Amino acid sequence: MLDLLSPEEWSAVVLSLRVSFWATVLSLPLGLLTAYALARWDFWGKTLLNGLVHLPLILPPVVTGYLLLMTFGRKGFIGQWLDQWFGIVLAFRWTGAALAAAIMAFPLMVRAMRLAIEAVDPKLEQAASTLGASRLWVFATVTLPLILPGIIAGAILAFAKAMGEFGATITFVSNIPGQTQTLPSAIYAFLQVPGGEDQAARLVLIAIAIAMLALLLSEWISRAVARRISGA
Amino acid sequence: MTLSLSIQHRFPGFDLDIAFDAPAGITALFGRSGSGKTTVINALAGLLLPDAGRIVMDGTVLLDTERGIALPPHRRRVGYVFQDHRLFPHLTVRQNLVYGRRFAADPPGPGQPDPDRIIDLLGLRPLLDRRPGALSGGEKSRVAIGRAILSCPRLMLMDEPLAALDEARKTEILPYIERLRDALSLPILYVSHSVAEVARLATTIVLMDAGRLTAQGPAAALLGDPSTARLLGLREAGAILTGRLAAHEADGLSRLDTAAGPLWLPRIDATPGTQLRLRILAQDVMIATTRPESISALNIVAATVADLRVGDGPGALVQLDAGGETLLARITRRSATTLSLAPGRPVFAILKAVSVAQENVGGGT
Repeated sequence: MLDLLSPEEWSAVVLSLRVSFWATVLSLPLGLLTAYALARWDFWGKTLLNGLVHLPLILPPVVTGYLLLMTFGRKGFIGQWLDQWFGIVLAFRWTGAALAAAIMAFPLMVRAMRLAIEAVDPKLEQAASTLGASRLWVFATVTLPLILPGIIAGAILAFAKAMGEFGATITFVSNIPGQTQTLPSAIYAFLQVPGGEDQAARLVLIAIAIAMLALLLSEWISRAVARRISGA
Repeated sequence: MTLSLSIQHRFPGFDLDIAFDAPAGITALFGRSGSGKTTVINALAGLLLPDAGRIVMDGTVLLDTERGIALPPHRRRVGYVFQDHRLFPHLTVRQNLVYGRRFAADPPGPGQPDPDRIIDLLGLRPLLDRRPGALSGGEKSRVAIGRAILSCPRLMLMDEPLAALDEARKTEILPYIERLRDALSLPILYVSHSVAEVARLATTIVLMDAGRLTAQGPAAALLGDPSTARLLGLREAGAILTGRLAAHEADGLSRLDTAAGPLWLPRIDATPGTQLRLRILAQDVMIATTRPESISALNIVAATVADLRVGDGPGALVQLDAGGETLLARITRRSATTLSLAPGRPVFAILKAVSVAQENVGGGT
């Protein structure tokens, strides 16, 4: 496997996995909170939040990338502050690629989780509360286990989306081999060079393999969880 | 262990205004669908916040809208058995049963129900490792009841726990509820619209109609009262009386001693000495002014007419006093006139059918 890929190709694969992993893991808590708020709470600005969450799904990715550059770039109002106070720079770094991937994948994650939360019968939560469980306990012992398949599905969807993210990433963090060149950026770069089709094709195969693996894994996990819940 | 409750709540098109006290034992909340029974127990459990009201349980104020007190459901310690069971699908029966225990007052005191005992009482041992999805309706009911009890409640609420079950399953569950009533000293509020269930289980009856209290009192008094019998429904009207199983006789009958006199029933599966609750439907009682001779009916008791209620139709309800016990007879107005029935007149009641509900299963306590 190692011999099949050049160091450059290999680093693109590893970087993509790393970016997608962190993008998924770090957006999970916020995604769950957002999904729960949208599914269960009534608050002022709910429609606005819903729109904001879904915006990256509808906007051209290059627009999202541009907005990221404006806000999280070294001169952007959040980026400047992060740099000054914490020494964190996102633009043109792999961490920036993770941020871009997380934002692009966020709507998919929230949608899957929200559907799962809406499917939970509030009557079960009421029953738990009459048995003495506080709200937090009800969430931890009833709601969370019941929406676990939805959380897993959302996470895997987000991971797959992050693996394929291209437009916002290349706009925000460019396409620097070894630093910000993810799998899709590498495929794009190879296709720009005469004779790079072979390398691109190898990476395409790897992208397909990873995507298939992620789908099979998600299918397998949610089946196992569903089996546990239905009690068959 | 007493409960005192007063609730006012306005729904669109429906207005609830009710107040009553419930002593220990089973208090049946009886009324037609839509009379507000479930609203009352939801308010008790804290699942519904009424517009105004006050609920006091054993000196603990659960709700007092005037003083701005409304304990959240998880701090009320009310065991709620829902009509639709609401078992947690992702947990095993065992995990469902002990769900409320971790929230119960610690350390576990002597007054708290012992899981092993409850599991045996409800016959749940073979089900412990199953999941709710794989249980029958009757089994789910029993698990729901056990789960509520094991959360160490101060009060049990049962919302038509048998409504979703067929007759065979009801017969399966009823003895368990009777055992609980006798084994635990906590008040049970039992919502039902089945007179048969109420007659079998209730110590006290609270009658509701259209969000209002229509009658309240001890079960025997209320079921034997012709005026409330109408509210319960004439077809189901009937008195209850208590008896003691005296002996099994050689020809397959069992003799029961009651205040009204001895009664003979087809062999009852219980040991002599057991206290039994008997239900005699008003339509199964005939009245004669002289002791009938040469009649196939075995159970004939001497009584005096206590009250006579004539309705709009051709029927009349007669309340009889038989040695201190109350019987109810449903006859025609024509018969009442022919026999010149009036309060104080001595008569004989011919009981065509008597159904039995055991007070103490296995003769315990």
